[in-house]
Amino acid sequence: MLLEIHNLSVEFESMQDRVKALQAVSFSIDEGEIVGIVGESGSGKSVTALSILGLLEKNAHISTGSISYKGKNLLSLSKKDWQSLRGKEIGMVFQEPMTALHPTMRIGDQLAEVIHRHRSISYKEAYRQAVASLAEVQINDPELVARKYPFELSGGMRQRVVIALAMSAPPDLLIADEPTTALDVTIQHEVLKLMQELAQKRGTSIMLITHDLGVVAQVCQRVVVMYAGEVVETGTTQEVLHSPCHPYTKALIGALPDLAEQGQPLLAIPGESPDLRNRPDGCVFAPRCSCSLPICREDHPVLEPAVSGSLTHQVSCWGRNQ
Amino acid sequence: MSGTTLKTESLPAARSAKTVNPFWYKIRRNPLTLLGLFLLLLILLLSIFAPLISPYEPTKINIPERFAQPSADHWFGTDEVGRDIFTRILYGARLSLGVGVAVVVGAGVIGTIIGAVSGYFGGRIDQLIMRLMDIILAFPALVLAMAIAATLGPNLQNAMLAIAIIKIPVYVRLARAETLALREKLFVKAAVTFGIPSWRIIVRHIIPNALSPVIIQVTLDIGDAILLVATLGFLGLGAQPPTPEWGAMISIGWKYLLDYWWYPTFPGLALFLASCGFNLIGDGIRDILDPKANRS
Ligand SMILES: Nc1ncnc2c1ncn2[C@@H]1O[C@H](COP(=O)(O)OP(=O)(O)OP(=O)(O)O)[C@@H](O)[C@H]1O
Ligand code: SF4
Ligand SMILES: [Mg+2]
Repeated sequence: MLLEIHNLSVEFESMQDRVKALQAVSFSIDEGEIVGIVGESGSGKSVTALSILGLLEKNAHISTGSISYKGKNLLSLSKKDWQSLRGKEIGMVFQEPMTALHPTMRIGDQLAEVIHRHRSISYKEAYRQAVASLAEVQINDPELVARKYPFELSGGMRQRVVIALAMSAPPDLLIADEPTTALDVTIQHEVLKLMQELAQKRGTSIMLITHDLGVVAQVCQRVVVMYAGEVVETGTTQEVLHSPCHPYTKALIGALPDLAEQGQPLLAIPGESPDLRNRPDGCVFAPRCSCSLPICREDHPVLEPAVSGSLTHQVSCWGRNQ
Repeated sequence: MSGTTLKTESLPAARSAKTVNPFWYKIRRNPLTLLGLFLLLLILLLSIFAPLISPYEPTKINIPERFAQPSADHWFGTDEVGRDIFTRILYGARLSLGVGVAVVVGAGVIGTIIGAVSGYFGGRIDQLIMRLMDIILAFPALVLAMAIAATLGPNLQNAMLAIAIIKIPVYVRLARAETLALREKLFVKAAVTFGIPSWRIIVRHIIPNALSPVIIQVTLDIGDAILLVATLGFLGLGAQPPTPEWGAMISIGWKYLLDYWWYPTFPGLALFLASCGFNLIGDGIRDILDPKANRS
């Protein structure tokens, strides 16, 4: 296993209250694997990503669990260890390509700065490699683009630059937090393909956070479905998308008539997201669940094989056998 | 792709049209700012070309001509040892401008670095630094500057240091406030995920983007610093005779005011005009850059 998250709980504390953003999240990512993380807004996808990179805000508190990367527990790393891990081992691509780049620094210098840091070469050589890496993310006329400022580039080009930045080490794990959401549908497809190809070429694993089940179907080998800060279902893309077990997953997929259809946002499911300040004793999805049982409101379900004996397909639902 | 090229070609032109013109437009519309600009340019030119304008030396003693009245030879008269006061004012302008700029730029650089570090790391370092700045700000500026200068010993370097120290907190606060906002910006967080070390993020990502309010503050502070240098000089805590420093000149000259009115009057006038010039420009810049002031 490249990355193993076990029983991770994260709380945000403020003056008035305490938001339990993640509750006992467990999943893993293998070498060279592309794993999709899906779930509606506020389900804790970004918090999970930020926990892995040690970038949670100061008011966040990891109450339980462990994150192990290549066997090292990330939660006990020193500041110095983080520095050598970020970018070199684990890279990240953010949702907004508009603001993820330094506004007053030329593209080439931004790339060269990061490359210079990760490979022991001169700045001049780093700049040369920066231009080459722009070509690699399929930017036309890389020499010209290297001399430009971010505001001179389109969203799609900026996101390519961000990908080039995140892949420059290259890292063994790339966390992509909705990397294509802010882009046009046609460009979304290209950027996604680009990431997939780069990852394949370098053997990089990708944790792909997305709202878009079409994207999952297109590139992911496995899926983790999150709801209200919990993993409610996980399995291979085939298992989760074609024989979903959890009512929430079913609702997500039911909302999407054609899985292959691109750019389809998740349809709203009736009912409100739960209050993360007061988690219920029972299943978090119970208030919105169409098939809730008496036990659902009393006892919390845990991840168990969806069908007996299945190692990959797991679901957290009392009604899984019904 | 062609759409992208179009956009990139047209953008820089559009930007310069928007930012440069209104600035000059507003300055031109404000006669007081223009006056300030004129005064500043005058002082700048006079101090640059001082040796060409005046045939005298600022510190050369010429006893036979002491206390000469203003005349064609000595426009502003001479002082108690026969030095040409006009010449001394010209060289004094050099000194005041140089010292004012040096002190404020120095305070700006140091304050910005401290503020950026403080804001970026937060926590206990931040608390400590900000409390220290609060302490400095709690004293009346002049009193603190006098105390520091007097403690270190009365000379120009110590006066400059004292003024820099009382000016630093403003820059620390400005830079810290900008840093707190920038720290939350995605591009700074992204830089962290690329593995760029903190000191480099502060130097290359935070400070360049936090600089504009600092630069404005620097232009506003130079006039004040010049006045403070003169004040310390007047009190005997700054430049020492025979340095041609306006404050020091006034300090000695005012004893002769009744008999030789020109001695303290002209340096005083120079100081008045210089600080007027800087303040008028400062107000003009503030009006242009502060949207609240614009509305009124
Ligand atoms: N800094 C914070 N302080 C307090 N609460 C936070 C903070 N960051 C996140 N949260 C809480 O954590 C929950 C999960 O947020 P998160 O950003 O992970 O959602 P997400 O799944 O990424 O949603 P989206 O799809 O909109 O990006 C949210 O409900 C939010 O209230
Ligand atoms: S545990 Fe019960 S309430 Fe929760 S999803 Fe399953 S059936 Fe619905
Ligand atoms: Mg998110």
